[in-house]
Amino acid sequence: MAGKASLREAYGKTLLELGKTNPDIVALDADLSKSTMTLFFAKEFPERFFECGISEQNMMGVAAGLACCGKIPFASTFAVFAPGRCFDQIRVSIAQSHHNVKIVTTHGGLTVGEDGGSHQAIEDLSLVTSMPGMTVIVPADAIETAQVIKTAAATKGPFYIRLSRMEWPLVNDESYKFQLGKAALLRQGKQATIIAMGLMVATALEAADKMKLDGIDCRVLNMATLKPIDAQAIVQAARETGAIVTVEEHLEHGGLGSAVAEVLAKTVPTPMQFVGVKDVYGQSGKPLELLEKYGLTAKEIEQATRRVITRKSL
Amino acid sequence: MNSQTNALPVSELQKIALRLRREIVQMIFTAGSGHPGGSLSSVEILTTLYFRVLRHNHTDPYWPDRDRFILSKGHVAPVLYATLAECGYLPIEELQTLRKLGSRLQGHSEHSLPGVEMSAGSLGQGLSFGIGCALAARLDKKDYRTYVLLGDGECDEGQVWEAAMSAPHHKLDNLVAIVDKNGLQIDGFTKDVLNTEPLSDKFRAFGWHTIDIDGHDFNQLIDAFEHARTVKRQPVAIIAKTIKGKGVSFMENNVDFHGKAPNAAQLEIALKELV
Repeated sequence: MAGKASLREAYGKTLLELGKTNPDIVALDADLSKSTMTLFFAKEFPERFFECGISEQNMMGVAAGLACCGKIPFASTFAVFAPGRCFDQIRVSIAQSHHNVKIVTTHGGLTVGEDGGSHQAIEDLSLVTSMPGMTVIVPADAIETAQVIKTAAATKGPFYIRLSRMEWPLVNDESYKFQLGKAALLRQGKQATIIAMGLMVATALEAADKMKLDGIDCRVLNMATLKPIDAQAIVQAARETGAIVTVEEHLEHGGLGSAVAEVLAKTVPTPMQFVGVKDVYGQSGKPLELLEKYGLTAKEIEQATRRVITRKSL
Repeated sequence: MNSQTNALPVSELQKIALRLRREIVQMIFTAGSGHPGGSLSSVEILTTLYFRVLRHNHTDPYWPDRDRFILSKGHVAPVLYATLAECGYLPIEELQTLRKLGSRLQGHSEHSLPGVEMSAGSLGQGLSFGIGCALAARLDKKDYRTYVLLGDGECDEGQVWEAAMSAPHHKLDNLVAIVDKNGLQIDGFTKDVLNTEPLSDKFRAFGWHTIDIDGHDFNQLIDAFEHARTVKRQPVAIIAKTIKGKGVSFMENNVDFHGKAPNAAQLEIALKELV
């Protein structure tokens, strides 16, 4: 893998770039512009940047009003505060009217680290995927992030895009083309399929590459678009490999694992293992320590994969 | 002029208000549920807006230069629907479909109906939305104005005060908030449930230019909206004292008619009074 890069910096730079060519793009933040990196946009286009202060509910409403009047608002804060502090505003003011608001949150998941459990969004995706018509994307790296932001700007309707705080290994190269609603096949394989999103894609690749040395041949899918989910790729993976492992930096409940299981239960019931946060909140610690503590490692993925393969014959 | 704003005399506005009140009680009766109290208290406010103040055109509901009216207290959808029908946005007969399966007239107003700018129903969200509209107008150097109607009970919601802080911060002189201060909410008198008074002082302290009026007096409403246009670098809050259930004797100041339909006998009395 070719080095690390920051997803939120990719967001900030891409938003700035889009702002230069599209005067309708505006940005909003809730006193976190230095962290979410909307600051790049704010500095270049102060008249198109709306600092809302620490008031996420108001920010979502303002964004909806701007969208209703033809703007393309990007509203940012930490993943724990949106949807956490403004679920109903996203539901009623944005989603119900299908307004063209792009909610881009950073600091998703456990890898927030030392700030602790209150700041680690592990249920945000469950909340936003529950809203009809909401597109939900969790990019795997900085390269994908840039493309996702451009796609969101060019596609009408409400989006929720969740980014991480950490710099993270690139899993894609510059030739990568993000396709909305399509899983990206990163490793071909026959014995099982690992479906991952966000930072866990790199971890899934690490696990798959290690297992390959042991003669276990796994397919790896990057399911960046959590909603609408690529049911076709899931069904194909189930038919061709017969076993599925999902991996996410989110509660096992209501995230990627649940979404994949829904697809499979309706189509090709298939043995599955879930790698995600069990039914607990996080705590302070270094990001990698937390991933270890809560079982989001290549080793856990490998164990889950070996287990699911044994279940195929049952 | 691509506009429906017309300088109807107060005598005409009074006739329209009476028709709206009759439509409101009739449609809520037909629906078998709904919110008559707050709909009736807002009648003069909406009548003044749609027939004296707003620049709008019922044949072109998405006209980009229209003034925006945001109904934040979405449960009083009947007064908005009756007003939109009176303007020609929808047929008067359609009012009788209120709250029925498949109707465009949802129990709480929804954006899918042409003329309704925002889906509402969960209180406290309209002022923020209005700020977004006002900011967009300023960015685009357009002169359309944004009017948001809230209830005094609705001002319990914290988001209202987030927005109340935000609008003066952005010096939005193209934004007007109107509070229909009818003094009642579901559990009783606003002063007993959660006292929102002194409302004017609160808005003023947050940086608004405030105007206190009788919300049933057309002359005061017209003057307030005209005065609001002259205020610069500051949003305007019109605190309109009203009577919940106004115009129907047994509904006036009666908390029971916040969210209850009249029965057939009550409808008959109401329609006799509304002449």
